[in-house]
Amino acid sequence: MSQQIPGLPDMTYIDREKRTFLDQIYFWEITRGILITTKHFFRNMAKWLTFRKGGVVILYPEEMRPDYSQNNRGRHILVQRSDGSPRCVACKMCATNCPAECITIVAEESDDSNIQKRPKVFEIDVSRCIFCGFCVEACPVDAIRMAPTTEELAGYNRFRMIYDKKTLMTWKPTVNDDVVHGYNP
Amino acid sequence: MESTFFGINTVTFITNLVIAGGIFGFMFTMGAVMSWSERKQSAQLQDRIGANRAGIPLPGGKSLKVWGFINNIADAIKCLVKEDFKPRAYDLFMYNLAIFFAFIPAVISVAVIPFAGEVHLAELFQSWYLKWIPGLPEYFATNLPNYVFRVQVANLNVGLLFVFAVGSISVFGAILAGWSSNNKFSMMGALRACSQMISYEVAMGLALLGIIFIYQTVDVWSLVQGQRELAFGWLPKWGIVLQPFAFFLFIASAVAENKRMPFDLPEAESEIISGYYTEYSAFKMLMFMFAEFIEICFVAIMITTLFFGGYSVPYLMADGFHWPWGAFTAVSHGNVVLLELGSFLTKVFFFCFLLQQARWSLPRFRYDQLMRLGWKYLLPLALLNLVVTVIIVALGGF
Repeated sequence: MSQQIPGLPDMTYIDREKRTFLDQIYFWEITRGILITTKHFFRNMAKWLTFRKGGVVILYPEEMRPDYSQNNRGRHILVQRSDGSPRCVACKMCATNCPAECITIVAEESDDSNIQKRPKVFEIDVSRCIFCGFCVEACPVDAIRMAPTTEELAGYNRFRMIYDKKTLMTWKPTVNDDVVHGYNP
Repeated sequence: MESTFFGINTVTFITNLVIAGGIFGFMFTMGAVMSWSERKQSAQLQDRIGANRAGIPLPGGKSLKVWGFINNIADAIKCLVKEDFKPRAYDLFMYNLAIFFAFIPAVISVAVIPFAGEVHLAELFQSWYLKWIPGLPEYFATNLPNYVFRVQVANLNVGLLFVFAVGSISVFGAILAGWSSNNKFSMMGALRACSQMISYEVAMGLALLGIIFIYQTVDVWSLVQGQRELAFGWLPKWGIVLQPFAFFLFIASAVAENKRMPFDLPEAESEIISGYYTEYSAFKMLMFMFAEFIEICFVAIMITTLFFGGYSVPYLMADGFHWPWGAFTAVSHGNVVLLELGSFLTKVFFFCFLLQQARWSLPRFRYDQLMRLGWKYLLPLALLNLVVTVIIVALGGF
């Protein structure tokens, strides 16, 4: 409701447009609305008929959004060394830091004398993950990163949603150190 | 001696059977087509894509999708095999009966609508598209040289009244469904549907009275014949030309009668779940939806027949085009029938499109607004239109 301020005769809190007669008979506005939707309809139909995609939506499994932000926190990646072993040293900082408690790490002794530990089991329960990125920030050796895309993070049961070490590594097996891939603050 | 079939002339029997089958088949097909176009058209105008996943797998890894049309078949199968939920209804007999009260009136009103003009059977079989049938053209030319039939299921001289009478019956479908479901939401929807349909029927009937006055008939066939005449020698006397105001009143009240957006208060899902068919599941729900889609098609047919000259093509007479500037283009009888049928279907498809477009463009009314529009605006305006029409008719205007 508009309310007049005392002392200011012409001012109202809400400056609402007056309805004209044309608005009130409703018919012209209906016609205008239908013309707008009809314009959209024929524009999209013209695109389909000339073998282009009408509409602005993305046919998800076949198409991916090209405009994911590079900082988007999507699926997790376990970064590898040049010999293919995980860079992770099983310090469990990410698991400790994880607010959703979805990271499970079991450490074992590494064969390499320069490296003390390595993960025997590295599992992320994606169905519990809240994609906060704290694991990436906590990691002291840049062993875990997050790709910008979220594809294939879907499954028919909850056990499918637990991603093990192999899966996390082979999503993007090699990560170039020069290029920041995904979320890596 | 002519052969008879249960006392009816065999040829009459067969032509009537073909016409009735064709017209009712058309209505059922339109029910499916409308439910498809409701999906796809709404998707197109909202910049979406619409149903495009269901398909029949073909050899070679591809699948036949027909632009989402297969989705209808998937829906029908789903509705046939899913659980037939029954509420602890107050009256199970009425609960089941309501479906037919909703479905059958939607289908049978079309019986009085002419889909094309008079067809001369012997001449029709001389046309390029039926000539190839062996034996029949010669048979009809020798045995039935003067047999003429109308592309209309029932030639009732009270056609328009029949449409109204049958249309009122569908109120029972809504009220019975709502009452027998033993559900508050259903009851609310049924009450809304009932009062809305009765209110708007008044406005709709009064809007059409002008048409009846001008053409001096309630027989739908004669109405269309009247619209084939020309005013001033060049303007077809279509209902939209003589009664432009009644057209808008009719289209508004017909959409309301049909319980479609922006008048779909009885099924307002944000307020009362699904209105009077909340408690119906599986194929019963599908029957209600199917009836609704057929009714849209029927509203389009009524608009075409009453306001846009039905099957008539401007200047096309039985022998060809009589152009207003005096020229004449001869058209063979077979092509005349095709043109009339095509003209009718084109108009119907256009209005189906328009009604769908309106349904997806407009927001829903509030209930008091709906009642105010019906009783305080449409009804007086329809009366005014009627009075003006009557005065003009009395002064010999048309």
